[in-house]
Amino acid sequence: MSEAREAILARIRSALHDVPPSEQPQDSPVKRDYLTQGSTERAQLIERFTDRLVDYKAKVRHVSAEELAAAIAQSCAEHGVKRLVVPSDLPQSWWPSDVEILVDRDFSLSYDELDRSDGVLTACAIGVAQTGTIILDSGEAQGRRAISLVPDYHLCVVRADQIVDLVPEAVSNLRSAVLDHRRPITFISGPSATSDIELNRVEGVHGPRTLEVLIVVS
Amino acid sequence: MRPNSVVIELTPKFEKAAKQALENTQLRRNMGKATQTIRAKRAAVVGELPDWQALREAGRAIKERTLRHLDHYLLQLEESVKRAGGHVHWARDASEANRIITNIVRVHQAREVIKIKSLTTDEIRLNKALKEAGITATETDLAELIIQLAGEHSSHILVPAIHKNRSEIRELFMRTLGVKELSDNPKDLAAAARAYLRHKFLTTPVAISGANFAIAESGTIGIVESEGNGRMCLTLPKVLISVMGIEKILPTWQDLEVFLQLLPRSSTGERMNPYTSFWTGVTRDDGPQEFHLVLLDNGRSQVLADEIGRQTLNCIRCSACLNICPVYERTGGHAYGSVYPGPIGAILTPQLVGVEHASSLPYASSLCGACYEVCPVKINIPEVLVHLRAKVVREKQDHGGLKGKLDPENLAMQAMSRMFSNRVAYEAAQRMGQKGQWPMVKDGYITSLPGLLGGWTAMRDLQALPQETFRDWWRKRKKQEEKASE
Repeated sequence: MSEAREAILARIRSALHDVPPSEQPQDSPVKRDYLTQGSTERAQLIERFTDRLVDYKAKVRHVSAEELAAAIAQSCAEHGVKRLVVPSDLPQSWWPSDVEILVDRDFSLSYDELDRSDGVLTACAIGVAQTGTIILDSGEAQGRRAISLVPDYHLCVVRADQIVDLVPEAVSNLRSAVLDHRRPITFISGPSATSDIELNRVEGVHGPRTLEVLIVVS
Repeated sequence: MRPNSVVIELTPKFEKAAKQALENTQLRRNMGKATQTIRAKRAAVVGELPDWQALREAGRAIKERTLRHLDHYLLQLEESVKRAGGHVHWARDASEANRIITNIVRVHQAREVIKIKSLTTDEIRLNKALKEAGITATETDLAELIIQLAGEHSSHILVPAIHKNRSEIRELFMRTLGVKELSDNPKDLAAAARAYLRHKFLTTPVAISGANFAIAESGTIGIVESEGNGRMCLTLPKVLISVMGIEKILPTWQDLEVFLQLLPRSSTGERMNPYTSFWTGVTRDDGPQEFHLVLLDNGRSQVLADEIGRQTLNCIRCSACLNICPVYERTGGHAYGSVYPGPIGAILTPQLVGVEHASSLPYASSLCGACYEVCPVKINIPEVLVHLRAKVVREKQDHGGLKGKLDPENLAMQAMSRMFSNRVAYEAAQRMGQKGQWPMVKDGYITSLPGLLGGWTAMRDLQALPQETFRDWWRKRKKQEEKASE
């Protein structure tokens, strides 16, 4: 093994002269007495999730399962979307008519094609009410990371039963995607933003400048 | 060997640099406005969480566990990253890290790389090393881009261009980006940066990032950001190189449930920052197909060796301590002459480079303790500051030669120490003071002391020594009690 590796490990071990050799990591106590499970009713949860999304300048609409396809078509029309990127496993029933659909079949769309599209439509893995966060875990109907990043408009469908209350619930739900499947995870809270100029928040820098969320409620 | 790269130039003393900064009224206005805004935002979102103190304590405890077993976790991380298809490199210091990174870029024959804002790469001065190797590094974070285009140094770890206002940025962009017409509206300024960087994102083959978190059990790396430049760099290039200080490690995925709450609220004052990315090694058909993780020591193992200073490595670089600090608010970041300014810089920099190279920084504080109160991982910054001041004094005594030994402050302190440790000498000194102070006392206050002591009274009055000391009173009271009981 490399010389640097051995040297650094030796420095660390000598620096930790005060740690008894018999001490195991779990002997160093960590008390987890913070909240790990929310107690909010589902209806309230949806309301809070919506509220927090709006607070971070995302557009939000509640739709029923039957209305979903029409709502997608309407959103695309409102944003002048003519070329829409979709992951290959997105339900075809969601595809809006009158719009050119760019299916990312076998991850074949080039960055240029993504850049020249008008938007992207995906599902998500989890919604977090506490923070207004949408989580993509590269799972069903979400596609690879690039497709939800390069287009300027991201239309995301969240089922009400995907919404959890607290951040710890979301982290816990992602455990298998990370540890068993090593899938990339993206947390999205509102459209891309910067506060670099005089700490004024400006929505829309490099990521999608518009984030629209359709919450499917039963 | 001590790494010197953390210090920007061989630091002018903080006192001197601060004085200059304080004379810049534009800077003070910019800083005052910015820190007030962000303090209010932080307070509001922290107030939303009923379990904030429990989260802070958990954050501190997780970091303590990690640091006490750092060798174990680093080896676990190395194993996990390799298993997931990544490469792991170890770098003892800045030049070793720069060499490793430059070589990787060269192998891919890239003349240009894109970068995500990273303090660690600032610390090792990677951009300079790349430039010397003929490689252009483009910063993609808006504030970093502003700093890079202006040829300046960062003044805040989170918002590096906090010292610049919108009209200064407008002028800079018009001059350097070749934009003909531009307003000073932040929205238009951000749009100009978007247009400038778009093509680079889509075509540059190598990206370089830091790391906010590295999960030992899974080999997962996490980056938090706002603009989407991070996601671009982490997703589009073919090759990704991430540099992380060895202390950035967390044992388990579950630990993120704590840090993903602590960091954004303390940092930007948001419930959650717009984008957080996690990746584990290499994923087929998604993102970079070659991933390198560079583990950097660069003085950290020395910080680890100091039992009081060790907690400094808890730091998650949120910048809450900068924003709350009354000293930082007035002087801005440049006065610290270090990549890490503010209270955290005042304790981290001297430990990384050795107190002898940054001896004025532990004094860049009034010890008010506000930084400790807001720190999401409970670093007791005042405790470490005092500890480092003692080291500075010891260093002067031991290595300052005759000049250090005959330093008036040193002589005075030694005399004082002898006086305080001896009852007779202490009471004699009190009596001398009571008798000798009269020429300086006016209405019960001393407003101006002579000679070197004058520094103390330059900004504040000193209450005169009372004619009856506590000891006098105690003795008198005891005598009276004895009399009464007779």
